[in-house]
Amino acid sequence: MDKLNLSKHISSQFNEEIEQVRNHVMAMGGLIERQLFDALEAIANSDSELAQQVIQNDLKVNDWELQIDQECTRIIAKRQPAASDLRLIMAILKTIADLERIGDETRRIAKVALESFNSAQQDLLVNLDNLGRHVGQMLHDVLDAFARMDVEAALTVHKEDKKVDREYESITRQLMTYMIEDPRSIPKIMNVLWSARSLERIGDRCKNLSEYIIFFVKGKVVRHSSEETLEKEARS
Amino acid sequence: MTAEFIAKLDVQDLSLKFADKTVLQHINLRIPEHKITAFIGPSGCGKSSLLRSFNRMNELLEDTQTTGEVLLDGKNIYHSEIEVAELRRRVGIVFQKPNPFPHSVYENVAFGLRLQGIKQARQLDELVESALRKAALWDEVRDRLHDSAVNLSGGQQQRLVIARAIAIEPEVLLLDEPASALDPISTLKIEELMYDLKQHYTLVIVTHNMQQAARVSDYTAFLNMGQLIEFDETNKMFTDPSQRATEDYITGRFG
Repeated sequence: MDKLNLSKHISSQFNEEIEQVRNHVMAMGGLIERQLFDALEAIANSDSELAQQVIQNDLKVNDWELQIDQECTRIIAKRQPAASDLRLIMAILKTIADLERIGDETRRIAKVALESFNSAQQDLLVNLDNLGRHVGQMLHDVLDAFARMDVEAALTVHKEDKKVDREYESITRQLMTYMIEDPRSIPKIMNVLWSARSLERIGDRCKNLSEYIIFFVKGKVVRHSSEETLEKEARS
Repeated sequence: MTAEFIAKLDVQDLSLKFADKTVLQHINLRIPEHKITAFIGPSGCGKSSLLRSFNRMNELLEDTQTTGEVLLDGKNIYHSEIEVAELRRRVGIVFQKPNPFPHSVYENVAFGLRLQGIKQARQLDELVESALRKAALWDEVRDRLHDSAVNLSGGQQQRLVIARAIAIEPEVLLLDEPASALDPISTLKIEELMYDLKQHYTLVIVTHNMQQAARVSDYTAFLNMGQLIEFDETNKMFTDPSQRATEDYITGRFG
């Protein structure tokens, strides 16, 4: 791991604090990845128990955010991190805020599993599942890139978001067509539409996470820049 | 201030006067065992005097008057039956300016051991090496043990002085601005050393450098004008102090 020099401080305690906060981010990310996977499983199998569990577990996600937040505050107050250490702490603070929101979206998605659908509607859920798996892979990849602070992997995730957006648009069209044909289904299908929207938002947040990795490694702020600029900065 | 810990030192209603000048007023404070406690506060607030009251160094100055008690493992060190020399063996001190004796590196550490009656060369060698290792200096001086200590760098001299202090196995180590004459890297080495030492000793450090207190200590006491304003875990003191005066001091708003 130590191409990043995170454990090269004279103060071994500082090394431990940084190591710990990074491990906690990974643990939080791992939990959220599991949550998203469970939410999709719950929808695919109409498993309302699993869905309830996902909704419950979101409290754990929130606890992680509070804890990591506090750890970062202490590091800033006690260590006055500079340069790459400061960028790491800033990147972590932003990362956990986005992860917490991904947690909220996941909880929303799980709620779809609490509804009952007829067989025609079940077919629509297959497309939602595909979108979900795609986004889940993005989340997995970006967390992996965070663990290794791998800029190339972060760039790959960043580009993936375009495909997710297109997939989302196609699902939206399909759901709208269905609602036009069967207006009584609108309340139910709206929920499906909202969870497709949630998945699309998770994709956006994964994109944010990849930008924080580039910020940490390269020291360049690449938020709100064009795809070309971003790529240029990341590879500079 | 409801910290739960075993107190190595227990300061009870301690007041100190130099001639007519009141230096410390009714200090009540418990110093946790095997932790690092930092004293911070503006110049003249009494933090060094408080530190020196822990091994009765203030008595070396003329016309001082101490009231109240300081309990070391529950026994008042100001009791008439306490032997001051033995107290100072148990409670060692390191000052701001490294003050090695003008002898070899080896002799600096062996000095206190000889005073304790250890004469065997082999035993001395072992104890000197062990103290130098604990002070994270051994690797730098192992080949020049018989060179003069004065030739070491400032940071090395300070670690040598710490080795000298811990060679005689004190229980408490007082550090009065131990790093303020050192460069930033030597400072970090001393801080890392303190972190290692707290497993075996109770450390109390006086520092002008608030960031140093934040980095190195487990507990922090803030003093002002001879009074203890606040004492708490360092994590709490540097993120959310309870007293306005502490907040103002650590954020650089007064002092």
